[in-house]
Parts: sequence; structure tokens; C-alpha cells
Amino acid sequence: MNGIVEGYLIPGVIMVLQSLLLLVLLLISIAFILLADRKIWAAVQMRRGPNVVGAFGLLQSFADLLKFVLKEPIIPSGSNKGIFLLAPLVTVTLSLAGWAVIPFAPGWVIANINVGILYLLAISSLGVYGIIMGGWASNSKYPFLSSLRAAAQMVSYEVSIGFVLVGVLLCVGSLNISDIVMSQQTGLGTKLGLPGSFLDWYWLPLLPLFVIFFVSALAETNRPPFDLVEAESELVAGFMSEYGSTPYMMFMLGEYASICLMCAMTAILFLGGWLPPVNVAPFTWVPGIVWFVLKACAVFFMFAMVKAFVPRYRYDQLMRLGWKVFLPISLFMVVAVAAILQLTGWAP
Amino acid sequence: MIIQTLFFYLFSAITIGSALMVVSARNPVHSVLFLILAFFNAAGLFVLLGAEFLAMMLVVVYVGAVAVLFLFVVMMLDVDFVELRQGFLQYLPIGALIGFVLLAELVVVVGGWAFAPQAVGGGASPIPDLAQVSNTAAIGQLLYTKYIFFFQIAGFVLLVAMIGAIVLTLHHRIGVKRQVISEQVSRSQKVELRDVKPGQGV
Repeated sequence: MNGIVEGYLIPGVIMVLQSLLLLVLLLISIAFILLADRKIWAAVQMRRGPNVVGAFGLLQSFADLLKFVLKEPIIPSGSNKGIFLLAPLVTVTLSLAGWAVIPFAPGWVIANINVGILYLLAISSLGVYGIIMGGWASNSKYPFLSSLRAAAQMVSYEVSIGFVLVGVLLCVGSLNISDIVMSQQTGLGTKLGLPGSFLDWYWLPLLPLFVIFFVSALAETNRPPFDLVEAESELVAGFMSEYGSTPYMMFMLGEYASICLMCAMTAILFLGGWLPPVNVAPFTWVPGIVWFVLKACAVFFMFAMVKAFVPRYRYDQLMRLGWKVFLPISLFMVVAVAAILQLTGWAP
Repeated sequence: MIIQTLFFYLFSAITIGSALMVVSARNPVHSVLFLILAFFNAAGLFVLLGAEFLAMMLVVVYVGAVAVLFLFVVMMLDVDFVELRQGFLQYLPIGALIGFVLLAELVVVVGGWAFAPQAVGGGASPIPDLAQVSNTAAIGQLLYTKYIFFFQIAGFVLLVAMIGAIVLTLHHRIGVKRQVISEQVSRSQKVELRDVKPGQGV
């Protein structure tokens, strides 16, 4: 029995506590990220945005939380009740589960698994289920159309995300996420005479893949300009039309959690994760987690800006972009990267 | 070890239970959802075996893509569930026969392995030492060296199937206005103002 306590129970309890800490911090930051999204959007349109609850409206998200939780949940009579209530749970669980493999600083990761990047790909590809189930179970026309759109859109952009990941992995030589960050310590910048700098990160040598990944991440998380799934001018509120109160809030929470996950992935894959931008004294004093959060927030700022000033795509244009533009470019890039690595002998 | 055993029984029990629900659920959408649950638990079994690459591939390919398409099709079907139930007994013998054939094949494979390991092991390839490389690298080293031709042929079969499906379903209807992006982009930059007479068009 002693072996079980030492081997499983104590590490298990520690892991549960770590996960709880991560979840609480993550949910609090999502509250402020949601506010930041609305504030940036407002600033671009020369509005003030939410500014009533708390100083500068800082507590707006918490007020919204109370409002959603205290409202009465309504389940449509013709709906498929079990799946209707399961769908928001699936969305929220999946988007929070992805954070288990994200390294915030060297060694600061809950599960440092060998196939971390594949796990992230799997989790983000499962995100579509919450939407499909919610849209179908609502037993209503608009949510159903929305879930059909979601299925096609998210499967399409997953393909190019997969190829982008292959391109990065060719340069890394490992599927472990910490290894991906560590391999960005040396790279193009070192060859150009600036070792350990931001030129080493993969955004520069793999620039086309970086752009494709950013746009595909927008499409994968149903962010504007690719929010065809919840296009209010066509589909009321898409798959969320029949939802209210806490289930609706869980959809929204899951959506923002997966957006933040995509920002973190961009920071890890292309912006060097927790590495400082220049490897000299004042920058190296700053702890790695600060750099990581700063980079993820910078990517989120880009997400918010895109939402503010790019008009929504038409559905056929969305499909064309995914299959006829991104897929060939990313496929070509994979071949090109592999060839260059092989010919120059830089392959890990 | 006891924890692994507990998880093994948990995953296998859920796999078998959800596989039963796939065939017995009244609603086809529920069937597909139970199928997804079965895939998930099979992935869990792979993780217990130490084959985490296969587990992730199962989730990415089957749950993330194949089952989405299943769900996509099944959701759009307008099925009369009562009528669907009536065929159940009619197809039961065929289903039972196929199930029996699969079971017999499994018994032959596992039985052969149990009785004469050297006979079965003769065809197996040298597996890289798993203590030195991760199982992802081991699969890659085998697939891209010893089994490269089989791997490529499997890829070609899939490619041919994909092209066949596209050729069969692609119809270019005449008279449909399409957006030609290249024409739009290659148009001269300056904005043109034209005086259009009413009833004549451009």
C-alpha cells in the first residue's frame, strides 16, 4: 500500500492542485481578455466600450458572469435535452483540456508528454463537436445550418494547421512542446551573428507558415472575419441561438479559452515561447512566464484588431482560401523546408 | 501496476459498452456519438500500452475528421426511426455472420501468436530499441525504411479514391456566375466611373 501512496496518491494530489491553480488563473485572465477584446474593438470604432462596472469597466466580465448564472436556463421543448446540455460542457472541457500541455516557463507544465503538439492538434480538432452537437440538438433551422457550416469550416482549416505544424516539427525534430521552444534558442539569428535573439525564432525562417497559421487559427476558433458560424446577419446567433444563461456562458467561455490556447500555440511555435527577445542582461532577468504571457497577449491583440477592421468573409471565399490558397502553399512549404533542411544538413 | 489495471478495465468496459450502444441506440446521431466515445477509450487503451503516437493519431484522424463527416451525413438524414427499427431483425443474421467471421479471424491471429510465437514473429520486422527512441521515432524509422513501398502504395490508393470521388461528383453547370479571383486581382487599379443608360446595362 505504501508504494501506491507514494507512487500515485501524492503526485496525483499535487497534479490536481496544480491543475486547479492553472484553471483559476486561466479563468481570471480570460475575464480580462474578454474585456480587452471589447475595449480594443471599441477603441478602433472610437467608442469607449464597457466603462461602468469598476474602474475603467475592469469588472465588467464578472458582472456578466453573475448575470448569466442568475438567469433562468431555457431548454427548447423540441430539443434533444441530453445533447443540448452536453454540448456547452464539451466545448468548455475541450478548450480547457488543451492547457494541460502548455509550458509557461522551463519546466512549468502540467503534463510534459512526448506527443504534446499532436495532443494540441487533437484537442483543437475536437472543438467542432460542441458546435455540431449544440446546433443539432437545438432542433431549429439556424443553429442547424450553423453547425453544418462549422463542420466544413473547421475540418478544412485543420488541414492547413496540420501542415504548418509539420513544417515546424521538421525544424524541431521532436513532438514535445518544451523541445519546440528550446530549439528556437539557436537558428537563423545565430547564423546571422545575433545568437539567442528574436531572429532565432521560427517566425522569420517560416514566415509564410506563420501567416497561414495565424489566419487558420482565426478560422479554427470562429473568430471574425471567419465567424460564419455565428454570423448574426444571416443566422441570428448561429449554433448559440437557442442557448441562454449558464449554457450560453459556457459556450462563450470555451470559445475564448480556445482563442487564448491558439494565441499560446502561436507564441510557442513561432515566437519562442518563454525565451527573451534578446539574450542580454536586462531581458534575461525577467522570468520566462512574463515573456510567454506578453507574447500570447500580443498575438491576442492581433486577433482583436483583425476582428475590429476586417469585414466578414463569404462562405465560398472562406472555402476557397482554405483549400485553394493555404493548402497548396503549406504543402509546398513542407516540401521546401524538408528539402532545405536535408540539403544544408541543418536537419536535427 | 494496480492503477494501470484499473484504468485498463475502465477503458475497456466503456469501449465495449459504447460499442454496444452504437448498434442498439434508437437515434443514429446518438450512435455516432457513442462511436466517438468508443474511439476515445480505444485511444486511452493505446496510451496505457505506451503507444501515445497511435493514440493521438486515432483521436486526430478518426474522432477529429472521420466521425465529424459521419455526424455531418447522419444529421442531415431524414430518417424514420420506426421504419429503421423494423429492419433490425431482418439484418440480424448477416450482422451476426460478419461478427462471427471477425471473431474467428481474431481467434486465429491471437491463437497463432499464443501457440507458435516464432512462426508469427518470423514475418515481423526488427523493432528499434524503445529504450533509446520514442515510439513516434520508432514508427517513423520502420515506415520510411522497411515499409516505404507499402506506405507509398497505401497513399496512392487513398489518392486514387479521393480523385475518383471528386470526378464522380463534380459537375460544371453552365450559366452559373462564378467569382474569378485572378480576373478581379489583375484588373487595373483605377476606379472607373461609367455613365450607364437606364435599361441598357454596362
